[in-house]
Amino acid sequence: MTADSVVEISDLSVDFEVDKQWIPAVKGVSLTVAKGEVLAIVGESGSGKSTTAMAIPALLPPSARVGGSVKLNGAELLGATNDELRAVRGKDVAVIFQEPMTALNPVYTIGWQIAEAVCAHKKMTRRQARDRSIELLELVDMPEPQKRVKHYPHQLSGGQRQRAMIAQALALDPGLLIADEPTTALDVTVQAEILDLMRDLRHRIDAGIILITHDMGVVADMADRIMVLKDGEVVEEGDADGIFHRAQQPYTQRLLASVPHLGATLHDSDESPEPATDLALNVEHAVIEYAGKGGSFRAVDDVSFTIGRGEVVGLVGESGSGKSTIGRAAVGLLKVTSGAIYVAGKDISTANRKQLRDIRSKVGVVFQDPGSSLNPRWPIGQSIAEPLTLHTDMDRAQRESRVKTLLEQVQLPATMRNRFPHQLSGGQRQRVGIARALALEPTLLIADEPTSALDVSVQARVLELFAELQREHGFACLFISHDLAVVELVASRIAVLNHGRLAEFGSDAQVLTAPRDDYTKRLLAAVPVPDPEQQRIRREERKALR
Amino acid sequence: MSDPVHAPGPVSGPDAAAESLVEQADLWGNAWKYLRRSGFFITGSILLAVLVLMALAPQLFTFGKDPRDCDLYQARKGISAAHWLGTDLQGCDYYANVVYGARVSLTIGLIAMVGVLIIGVMVGALAGYFGGITDSALSRLTDVFYGIPTILGGMILLSVVGHRTVWSVAGALIAFGWMTSMRLVRSSVMTIKQSDYVQAAIALGAPTWRILLRHVLPNALAPVLVYATIAVGGFIAAEATLTYMGIGLELPEISWGLQINDGQSRFATTPRLVIVPALFLSAAVLGFIMVGDALRDALDPRRR
Amino acid sequence: MTTALGDVRRFWQNAGLFRYVVKRLLLAIPVLIGTSLLIYSLVYALPGDPIRALAGDRPFTPEVMAQLRERFHLNDPFLVRYGKYIVGFLHGDFGTDFQQRPVAQTVSQRLPVTLRLTVVAVVFETVIGITAGVLCAVRRGSFYDNLVLVTTTLLVSMPVFVLGFLAQYLFGFKLGWFPIAGIRDGWYSFLLPGLVLASLSMAYVARLTRTSMLETMDADFVRTARAKGISESRILLRHTLRNSLIPVVTFIGADVGSLLAGAVVTESVFNIPGLGRATFDAVRNQEGAVVVSILTLIVFFYIFFNLVVDILYALLDPRIRYE
Repeated sequence: MTADSVVEISDLSVDFEVDKQWIPAVKGVSLTVAKGEVLAIVGESGSGKSTTAMAIPALLPPSARVGGSVKLNGAELLGATNDELRAVRGKDVAVIFQEPMTALNPVYTIGWQIAEAVCAHKKMTRRQARDRSIELLELVDMPEPQKRVKHYPHQLSGGQRQRAMIAQALALDPGLLIADEPTTALDVTVQAEILDLMRDLRHRIDAGIILITHDMGVVADMADRIMVLKDGEVVEEGDADGIFHRAQQPYTQRLLASVPHLGATLHDSDESPEPATDLALNVEHAVIEYAGKGGSFRAVDDVSFTIGRGEVVGLVGESGSGKSTIGRAAVGLLKVTSGAIYVAGKDISTANRKQLRDIRSKVGVVFQDPGSSLNPRWPIGQSIAEPLTLHTDMDRAQRESRVKTLLEQVQLPATMRNRFPHQLSGGQRQRVGIARALALEPTLLIADEPTSALDVSVQARVLELFAELQREHGFACLFISHDLAVVELVASRIAVLNHGRLAEFGSDAQVLTAPRDDYTKRLLAAVPVPDPEQQRIRREERKALR
Repeated sequence: MSDPVHAPGPVSGPDAAAESLVEQADLWGNAWKYLRRSGFFITGSILLAVLVLMALAPQLFTFGKDPRDCDLYQARKGISAAHWLGTDLQGCDYYANVVYGARVSLTIGLIAMVGVLIIGVMVGALAGYFGGITDSALSRLTDVFYGIPTILGGMILLSVVGHRTVWSVAGALIAFGWMTSMRLVRSSVMTIKQSDYVQAAIALGAPTWRILLRHVLPNALAPVLVYATIAVGGFIAAEATLTYMGIGLELPEISWGLQINDGQSRFATTPRLVIVPALFLSAAVLGFIMVGDALRDALDPRRR
Repeated sequence: MTTALGDVRRFWQNAGLFRYVVKRLLLAIPVLIGTSLLIYSLVYALPGDPIRALAGDRPFTPEVMAQLRERFHLNDPFLVRYGKYIVGFLHGDFGTDFQQRPVAQTVSQRLPVTLRLTVVAVVFETVIGITAGVLCAVRRGSFYDNLVLVTTTLLVSMPVFVLGFLAQYLFGFKLGWFPIAGIRDGWYSFLLPGLVLASLSMAYVARLTRTSMLETMDADFVRTARAKGISESRILLRHTLRNSLIPVVTFIGADVGSLLAGAVVTESVFNIPGLGRATFDAVRNQEGAVVVSILTLIVFFYIFFNLVVDILYALLDPRIRYE
């Protein structure tokens, strides 16, 4: 054990008891983290990265069985008593969790919760604790810390909540900080801010940091060393540069290759595509308002853009930008307050019932959440056939044969048609969703974050499939996503939304290399790219923009 | 309308549970596996099976004795070979009356349950699915009825009915008992309506009736079915209470409530007159509650 | 002038809790009106001659009937009748029963009795129910946990009158620990009936607390609290319990209705001269005015109590205050 290392894990194994059986989650993982160093543990879901880190402060569920050795500042933690563990938690090792909305207690103010962290280990008066809370909030660049200290978690934005969490974790200057997917639940621009904050703090506090994430861009931004886990085992380990550029293991290489890399597909020879005359979708000055508290809320504010036949346009924005709203309006799930939306030439806002039905038969929709996009009671074949049942008069045999064809096209075995959604994986369910959307040979496909809930490698395959299908069938597509890099892979033109307004609309190349709008520039600068050098350059650029 | 952001990975837990999101979808399949092994479910089902049998074929249990075959000269007799539990004030065989009481109780319980389900599902589904003014109006209406406790409302209603039969008692219970099932259905429907597959069906242009019948209701009914099972027990108890108070069933109907009422004055000397029907009553309610409880645990998605 | 308006507006925007209370009050009013209308129409507007129904088997002469019709304004259109009734109600004039006794008098005599009974029941329900539930959750799967589960299931399956009967016999008659009936021993005589009345609700509260606690124990913020190095007992009380109580409090409020209904039965079994007993007697004797008045009063009280619970809920859960 070197004098410099904060934590040393040797041959860690974690098993969970499920239905009277022991299922291994972590198998023989060893790692060290030195003071001031950032170790990123990456892997897809189920790789055991969180479990490994949570074993350090012994925060695993009671059904876990832990073996091996975990030494924090030289002291063995495995097998320690509860009192010993309590003395260490919060003081020597602190955790920043992924979802600050649920990780903070909703019924206490953030000032109270931060003070609680402090008072757990130091005797302080209430006033001193409160002052310390405000001090910590200032440290994490919380706007108006005097005011915010009295706020409840639900009164803060996502980014502010995460700052509060960080403040809480830093309260006692811990030697080891574990950040478990700290920015995954945040918008891209907010994520960039929090990452910048963490880099800043890192220089100041001298703690070792374990960063758990599945996002290679975040890794490129923060990590000194990287450890790749798969199915509970270490696949590869090394310094950031080595892993990104000279990965040895095939799994690591595949993982890196699946990550969409912003700007990677642009070539000098890209010209702006000709503006199409035959339009699949034409949004003209669309305004969509909801009734909310204190008047109406404008989700979409005078947005106009077009999609030509056979063209893929990406609609990009952060949460609350209105991108999903437009997607839903295009299918008639929402009404426009003013303006018009033309689908294949027909105005959806003034269509009567019959016309609406007609329009709907020409549009297909793919949703984000594979868990709820299919009726859990219906075999998937029935779900795929539903558009056929509703809009055609095919008989049963014809429908069956069409379903088989569709399944083949999305590269799923035809025998799957009698399975239920819960028997399929997330990626498979998304393919079924695509098959359903294609059932009526639509002119326009609306894809609302179709791959956001999937693991990186699965996402890559689904995107590939999607691109292939688009080439074959020639449907137009409105591809909605928060991920610019993903959109770049599939779309030829990109529209950027910011709080309901259209910030930018142009070709891939133009938007990504020469953006005109300030927001677009900030958005682009904030996207983490899976390449450490590029990230460094981008960080400088980002600072310049502020 | 919500803009969800990035992919959440499971934070900590067994690898096998990575797909737990999905497993929940197959509620009924998983549920059956759990139920098979649940002590509550098995015991409750046995109780109910016996009860149902008693209701359908009471002769099996009384070996042909007729509860209405009363002989005043045999009144208030004790336990004997001819009358296992003795006779009551009218000289009717006590045991036979207790057995036949099952039929009435079960009938009322089931009628009330079905009525409450139908009204609750209709009103709740409409309110939950259409929202807006429909929801406001229906919810206010429900609140108004909710303010009157079931037994009190039933009492008033029955007090103005001339001749109280099984149907009137069941009706009174339904009139003031549908609100909880409405609320359960409404909240289920509101949740399910937001699911992507429902939105997908709407986007496809499916007619509302089809969406409600084929997508929304089949998935929304689980919580209210659990409640309905437990509610049968509640209705049986309510009927017994009303009858005991003299405001429910009347002679010549046979009811456990009536028997308890009759027997209470002689409780000190012959406690069995109250205890036996009370026991049967409790067993009936218990059976439904056990099954309902087990069902609720089985269908709990978090139990995975 | 303008600054005063601005002040008011700012106050309104910032006083989240106050707003919430006012909103709730405003929502409660149509419900109150609706419910009292419902009660009134149930008794007086059902098909058939209400006076005949009210009279029941009593031999009233046609003159008396006409007088009663006049007294109850039955010759007026329905809404006018209802209006007059409500006005009278709000002034404390609840009408009279067939013995010419003012209902208000009966009510004022019996209300405190029922209130005491209900208070005892709520205290039992809350204290025993929540404690039992918490202990179950903390010692999950233990003998104690299973014992409570079985006991609550049994309790829930026994109708109140059966339970009352048995308790009366066992603890009152056989063991002599409690008075069998009546209220001669002051608060002490309310203990057994209160416990019986509370039994059903207590069982539900215990189970609900247990479930809520178990759920909350798995919550993210509990894990965060543990990660801060806080003692387990503090986590239990300040984090787990505090958050688990929210649905329990809501339930207790909603359940008061069943307590009030149960009071009718309990007061009969234990011969307690409360409102419940009065209602029951009135129903039996077909005294419509008494029934309607007491019931409306009970319902008003119930809705008011729910309002109190709503406020309590807002105090417990700050998210509600700021919506």
